[in-house]
Amino acid sequence: MTDITAGSLPVAARPARRDIGIKRRYAAEARFKAYGIAAIIFGLVFLAIMLVTIFGKGYTAFWQTNITLPVTYDAAIIDPQNKSAADPSVLVKANYEKLAPRALAAKLGIEAKDKPTLAKLKAFLSDSARIQLRDALVNDPSLMGKTVDIPVLVSANIDSAFKGQVDLSVPETRRKVKDLQITWMNQLASEGALAQKFNAGFFVNGESARPENAGIGVAMVGSVMMMLIVLVLALLIGVAASIYLEEFAPKNRITDLIEVNINNLAAVPSIVFGLLGLSVFINFIGLPRGAAIVGGITLSLMTLPTIIIATRAAISAVPPSIRQAALGLGASKMQMVFHHVLPLAMPGILTGTIIGLARALGETAPLLLIGMVAFVANYPGIPTDASTALPVQIYMWANAAERAFAERAFGAIIILLIFLMAMNITAIILRRKFERRW
Amino acid sequence: MSGYLTFLLIMIIGIAAFFVGRSRALAVDTGGQKAHSRPHYHGAWAMLCATMPALALLVAWEIGATAYINRDISNQVALLSAAAGSANTDVTAGLVKSLAHGLSLLDPAQASNLPKTMGELAPLLADKGVTLAPDTKDYMIPLAADANAQFNRIAWIGGLATIALSILGALYGLSQIAVRVRARTKVEKVVLWSLFSASTIAILTTVGIVLSMLFQTITFFGQVSPVNFFFGTVWDPRFASAGSGASQGQFGLIPLLAGTLYIALVALLVAVPVGLMSAVYMSEYASKPVRSIVKPALELLAGIPTIVYGIFALVTLGPWLRDLSAALYSGSPFIQGQSILTAGLVMGVMLIPVVSSLSDDIITAVPQAMRDGSLGLGATHSETIKRVILPAALPGIVGAVLLTASRAIGETMIVVLAAGVAANLTANPFEAMTTITVKIVNQLTGDLEFNSPQTLVAFALGITLFFVTLVMNIVALAIVRKYREQYE
Repeated sequence: MTDITAGSLPVAARPARRDIGIKRRYAAEARFKAYGIAAIIFGLVFLAIMLVTIFGKGYTAFWQTNITLPVTYDAAIIDPQNKSAADPSVLVKANYEKLAPRALAAKLGIEAKDKPTLAKLKAFLSDSARIQLRDALVNDPSLMGKTVDIPVLVSANIDSAFKGQVDLSVPETRRKVKDLQITWMNQLASEGALAQKFNAGFFVNGESARPENAGIGVAMVGSVMMMLIVLVLALLIGVAASIYLEEFAPKNRITDLIEVNINNLAAVPSIVFGLLGLSVFINFIGLPRGAAIVGGITLSLMTLPTIIIATRAAISAVPPSIRQAALGLGASKMQMVFHHVLPLAMPGILTGTIIGLARALGETAPLLLIGMVAFVANYPGIPTDASTALPVQIYMWANAAERAFAERAFGAIIILLIFLMAMNITAIILRRKFERRW
Repeated sequence: MSGYLTFLLIMIIGIAAFFVGRSRALAVDTGGQKAHSRPHYHGAWAMLCATMPALALLVAWEIGATAYINRDISNQVALLSAAAGSANTDVTAGLVKSLAHGLSLLDPAQASNLPKTMGELAPLLADKGVTLAPDTKDYMIPLAADANAQFNRIAWIGGLATIALSILGALYGLSQIAVRVRARTKVEKVVLWSLFSASTIAILTTVGIVLSMLFQTITFFGQVSPVNFFFGTVWDPRFASAGSGASQGQFGLIPLLAGTLYIALVALLVAVPVGLMSAVYMSEYASKPVRSIVKPALELLAGIPTIVYGIFALVTLGPWLRDLSAALYSGSPFIQGQSILTAGLVMGVMLIPVVSSLSDDIITAVPQAMRDGSLGLGATHSETIKRVILPAALPGIVGAVLLTASRAIGETMIVVLAAGVAANLTANPFEAMTTITVKIVNQLTGDLEFNSPQTLVAFALGITLFFVTLVMNIVALAIVRKYREQYE
């Protein structure tokens, strides 16, 4: 028998395939996928551009240009009547304003007799130079009559010029930094007297009219105070309300009303909470304007719905078997909730709280309305002192006219983003670590 | 006796009552009958009896005393200022109160022989760090000293009464300790009531929001007619004090409302397509490693505070768009530095994660059976999404869009920095328009008298905003509930 192979059998011709447009449809599929990828890339590229811009414009705020001057503490200017041994306050009240420009002139090796040059010398250094000189002498009165090297800050304009942020091609009459000052700056830099140092004052100082002295210290303390108030108030009230709503609330009209209210409050714009804080806490109750406690209460009212929603989800995730086991062993309902359900729901509650706190840390609009836009230069001691907050400080610096303030605003944004990232990462780590699969 | 000191004493008495009660409960339980409650419940009940009524009395006393002293000062000021010829009773009363607060900081020796004139008194106060308004007159000194003395007397009486009540409460609680007494039930009832009152804070907040803005709005509508406000097309508040008769300016809502809606529209035009497509891609097409990287990255967008977006728009995006339009139009820019386009674009990017996460939940909620059925009938993946899944998820997506729109309408910081403050009505997206939230901030962060229409209009705007967003949220929830198909 001959083998019958597939190749030798007669085969009918294939019918023509009906054109169902498969090529077109696959092309549409590929386009659809491309749209999706394009959308994601759009979002991520925007995020990347934003972060790069912020970092690029802000990291220079952490370095500040200093100049080391040979300062002569001339007794004839500071203490002409030689009273300092008897009355130390003479050293505090003396006129240090002349000493720094003199020292600068001496360092540059020029004789400054005409007014324009003197003005440029004075504008080269920061106005706070006299305070730095005073503090050095008050700490060590034996310096009187001697010549010592003291580092002082330069003015913000020179600082910007040194960092290369000033456009020097603009004609001299249209910029704040004059050519003579640029020459001095280059000369001093090549000698090594002018250098950039880490700007520790940025983290410690408060608000100042001079950009070189401005810092976020006061704003951070205000923010921390408010976050503590939010943590205590919103966590306690939120967890209490959630426990009631999840475990004890009967199905009646009041409970419905409470739940509707919580869902609505979660979607109310934050500025409305600012109006509430202004109207009730400042005008009606009479708390001081711009106090940390007003900001704290307003922010905790704003964070409350978020915490309640997260806590309710965490509590309802605890399986009924745990509750019934506790009740079966003779616990009362309250004991069951507080001794068994709540500890097991704690990780979820903590995660929700951290996320709520991170949201509250970045809120600006309500704080603007309760008066935190004031110029607060001193650290707040108690919650009823006037204070400011980090986002509000950023807002005020963004609105300021000088270029150096814009740089500091970006620096403060970097700090704010670092804090927020730390909080979010903590929340994610906590969630992963304590997640239980029931 | 100050309020803080009294509070501290009450707390100490309460804690003492707890420990005494607990040890007494342990002592009483001789083993004859089964004790109903553990000892710490008896201690807790004694502590609650000691602290709760006393704290209530303390709060009521403080409020009452302050109100009484304020009314007293106002009455006396009204009498004396009529004689001295001062203008405003409220301002004078405020001066007396500040003076009284300053006097309370003086040493007892200085306080007992007060100088008669402000000239001598002011340096003494300055030494303690108190500076007073220059309007403070000499006749206010005895008034303020009197008010202080009265307040101290009332505070002492109140403090002693509260401490007495606290001790009585502790004794009552301790006297009730016996073996079969149901202390745990009583304590748990109190705890239940406190949980309930914590949950009513949500209602109180809403009521507070509405009432606080309502009273100011009613005052505002007394000075500016509602028709002019809601239908006026010019926003031009002038700087005039209340009742001065000078031109108050015009307070028309329409330019602000138009700006708000226009910017929200541009933001939604950016956010909804991008957010929806990224949610679809991530839930349908993306592999697990891609999803685990992209999802946190998009949530990072959501975690950035809005002020950062605003500054980015102000400093980088606005000038870039302006320079781009200048380059395109060879010379003069047609996009302004602060424009609707800038603000809308940045707000849209901020809202992308909101749309994305809401849509993600909705799309994954569509049952797998529908996907499988469609794929089984020969549809491609994209056809399944376009013709089966998205229509099934449509009510949820519409709800998500409405919620996003309400967030866009209520957004403040981006528009404060990126949109302008000029209230003009225009259809050109390259010009600047302002929004309701910007004007609320502007009107309240200036130096304006509180009862002038310029300040009160902020509350009118606020209540309008509140109700608009409330209505949008309710409509969104209603749509989702009504049109959601039940598949199981």
